[in-house]
Amino acid sequence: MTTRIAALASAAILALFLAGVANAESGHETPKPPAQKWSFSGPFGMFDRAQLQRGFQVYREVCSSCHSMNIPFRNLSEPGGTEFTEAQVKALAAEYKVQDGPNDDGNMFERPAQPSDKIPYNFANPQQAAAANNGAMPPPMRLLAKARTYERGFPLWLIDVFTQYQEQGPDYIYALLNGYEEPPKDMVIDAGQNYNKYMPGHKIAMAKPLNDGQVTYTDGSPQTVEQYSRDIVAFLSWTADPSLEERKKLGFRVLIFLGVFLGLLLYVKKKLWSEIDYEKPIKAH
Amino acid sequence: MSAHTKFAPTSKTAQWFESRLPILGVAHEFLTFPTPRNLNYFWTFGGILAVMLVMQIVTGIILAMHYVPDTKLAFESVQAIRRDVNFGWLLQSMHANGATMFFIAVYVHMFRGLYFGSYKQPREVLWILGVIILLLMMATAFMGYVLPYGQMSGWGATVITNFFTAIPVVGADALVWLRGGYTIDQATLNRFFSLHFLMPFMIFGVVFLHIWALHVVGNNNPTGISVKTNKDTVPFHPYMTIKDSVSLVAFAIFFAMFIFYMPDFFGDADNYVEFNSLKTPAHIKPEWYFLPFYAILRAIPFTLFGLPATLYGLIAMFGSIAILAFLPWLDTSKIRSTSYRPAYKLFFGLFVIACLILGYCGSQPTDKAVLQIGGNVVLDMTGLAQIFTAYYFAHFLVVLPLLGLFEKPLKLPASIADSVLIKGGHGMPYGAAAEPQTKG
Amino acid sequence: MATLTEKEPTRRDFLYIATGAVGAVGVASFAWPLISQMSPDKSVLAAGAPAEFDISKIAPGQVIVIKWRGAPYFIRYRTEKEIAAGKENDSKIVLDKHLGTDAARVKEFDKKAQAQWIVVAANCTHLGCVPTSNAGEYNGWYCPCHGSQYDNSGRVMRGPAPYNLGVPQYEFVSATKIRLFGEATKA
Repeated sequence: MTTRIAALASAAILALFLAGVANAESGHETPKPPAQKWSFSGPFGMFDRAQLQRGFQVYREVCSSCHSMNIPFRNLSEPGGTEFTEAQVKALAAEYKVQDGPNDDGNMFERPAQPSDKIPYNFANPQQAAAANNGAMPPPMRLLAKARTYERGFPLWLIDVFTQYQEQGPDYIYALLNGYEEPPKDMVIDAGQNYNKYMPGHKIAMAKPLNDGQVTYTDGSPQTVEQYSRDIVAFLSWTADPSLEERKKLGFRVLIFLGVFLGLLLYVKKKLWSEIDYEKPIKAH
Repeated sequence: MSAHTKFAPTSKTAQWFESRLPILGVAHEFLTFPTPRNLNYFWTFGGILAVMLVMQIVTGIILAMHYVPDTKLAFESVQAIRRDVNFGWLLQSMHANGATMFFIAVYVHMFRGLYFGSYKQPREVLWILGVIILLLMMATAFMGYVLPYGQMSGWGATVITNFFTAIPVVGADALVWLRGGYTIDQATLNRFFSLHFLMPFMIFGVVFLHIWALHVVGNNNPTGISVKTNKDTVPFHPYMTIKDSVSLVAFAIFFAMFIFYMPDFFGDADNYVEFNSLKTPAHIKPEWYFLPFYAILRAIPFTLFGLPATLYGLIAMFGSIAILAFLPWLDTSKIRSTSYRPAYKLFFGLFVIACLILGYCGSQPTDKAVLQIGGNVVLDMTGLAQIFTAYYFAHFLVVLPLLGLFEKPLKLPASIADSVLIKGGHGMPYGAAAEPQTKG
Repeated sequence: MATLTEKEPTRRDFLYIATGAVGAVGVASFAWPLISQMSPDKSVLAAGAPAEFDISKIAPGQVIVIKWRGAPYFIRYRTEKEIAAGKENDSKIVLDKHLGTDAARVKEFDKKAQAQWIVVAANCTHLGCVPTSNAGEYNGWYCPCHGSQYDNSGRVMRGPAPYNLGVPQYEFVSATKIRLFGEATKA
């Protein structure tokens, strides 16, 4: 009886609570980014190499003029990512110049980059980057896919444990890249700001970065904003989480091992507990 | 069936050693320790916690081999661990998610103690030692969270250390002293690293006392009635060791799901951005295990006697944990197990709900509307938090002292053995408790 | 020996107490360096030396953030309209009356009140977040952390923040240069 009352009471509280929350969220807020299909989502999802390579191309030809990518070139040939060949990466790195030194005369000098060097960035420091971009610093891109999110809200976040949904960052960035629209008539957009449907507050310093046909793909993929943003987001997801493939593969083996071990332990436990004779005092060892 | 047997080594070597350091006797005491036969799986979380503590220490020492406590390098060194160190991504994830798992296990352990009255006579000291462990854990977790030096690390530390300014007279000086500067900076990071390394060993020490105290008073059990005869118990080994192992591996599976498949589920996206003391994240909130306490902290709105609301919030927050230490004397009921306290069961459920809702409040902006009627905000997050903060304290200060005087408990079984053997009685609050299938 | 104890208990007790007291002083003296080392070190203190800031490049209506002693400060150049709005708020101040009038929150230069310049600590007095400038109901500062609102002279209009934004100790070196010094006042 009491448990039933408790259950009823808690259900009532919960209902009130949910109603309230739902009510509170029906204001004029930023729409939630729609969930996209990603090759790397779910427990067995892996990256699509060709997509990562295209994503890198988009980064290099478009994003890199403003956003940093603080990873070494060698990552581009390491397993689990874009997996360019080592020769390709070496050739790519050689196209960049990095500062080294001091040499024997005590001077700094420039030399072609090597795979062990980090991908150079156009700006020496965040202040310089901000000054060149209307005072708003373009955020570093390496961890962007993990550093961006949107609020899932109750009870979605709880359901996410079971659906393994964790692509809030990728979905948000994808939505943002495709969210440049005409502002509503009653909204004033200042100079240096742009309207974006998915940006919280709708005002973003970055002008629409991608346009159809801007990057020339060699593998016949469609050259649209939609495809570009899909590819760059996949690439960013990898740079933010380069161990994703290794992690999921190892996880599968670990879970199988633990599952078998648990089965054995349960069996031994059952056997041990079924043989207890409480009447007879046993001397433990 | 289990009774303490005096350890008498048979071999000459063992006898020689035992007379000089009686460590074999201690091991024997552990293995033969009489344990109530009706313990359910909630009792295995103590073992899980011991293993989690060791795991956190091991992974922590390894991370310290690669981590650099420098404000300019800390964030990058964590990335280097995740990207370049062999299995670094795994060890870092185990340590970060390990903290979460540690708190999940400790909260289950605590609510088990609350439900079955494990804090009552003669286990008061055992319980208080547990409260001390909880406080140490919280301090350790807080300092550890600062080390990756992300936005939430730095701003969390700023917000939490700022509470010291609420202390009258010495507050402002204490804050500067604690930080070693005027803001969260190099000195703060370095000392937090040092203390984060030290405190797990302090926890280890108190855990040692906690287990020692347990071995003096013995386990409580789901019926809450004391062990009377040997028929009520089984030796710890192999019966409890195997049961603990089952639970431990099941917990490891739960843990592994997060490490390998959802490593960022408990994390905050803002902590993937390096700390910038000039830019506040939109919404600062602590890790989930602090949320109920954070909600209590923010729930106090009034200034009194010219002292700021923050001070009362601070007192309420520490009070919400400190009050646990007085629990053995606040609960006036002689009955330990809630299974035999029908009225208290209701309040216990309410208490659990209060904690969950407080946790939710802590995760939300204070001025967010909870209930709107006709466009007017009737209740916001602060209001909701106030209601349940009030209940939180009322539970300890009103419900527990009074209920013990008026409540009519159910009939207790004659013994633990009876509760197991008589099926269908009130002796089995949980199916798992009815484990032993006796043949005789 | 035993007889000695019975005969002269006070002298012996005194010896015990004196020895204990000396030991306690020793322990306390030893603990002091351990506690004191936690305070800001010489380099941190040195970085907190007075500093001058050029304000000639700030446009009317603009707010800039400067960093001093590792903490941010706002410098706001108020327009005539904003000054008027600030003065209007004088009657609405309830939460913190210390430096509660608009006139009390500006400094003088050449015996003239520099009402156009507002210099305040850029940390919300609630929990230290940096509020967003030119935002909120009073078009002063809005704290994104917990929703505190400040007017354009940094007075708290709505909690949870308990105090007005602190006015640091500063002076005008010239009409276009200010100098920050001393401890930032909290309230």
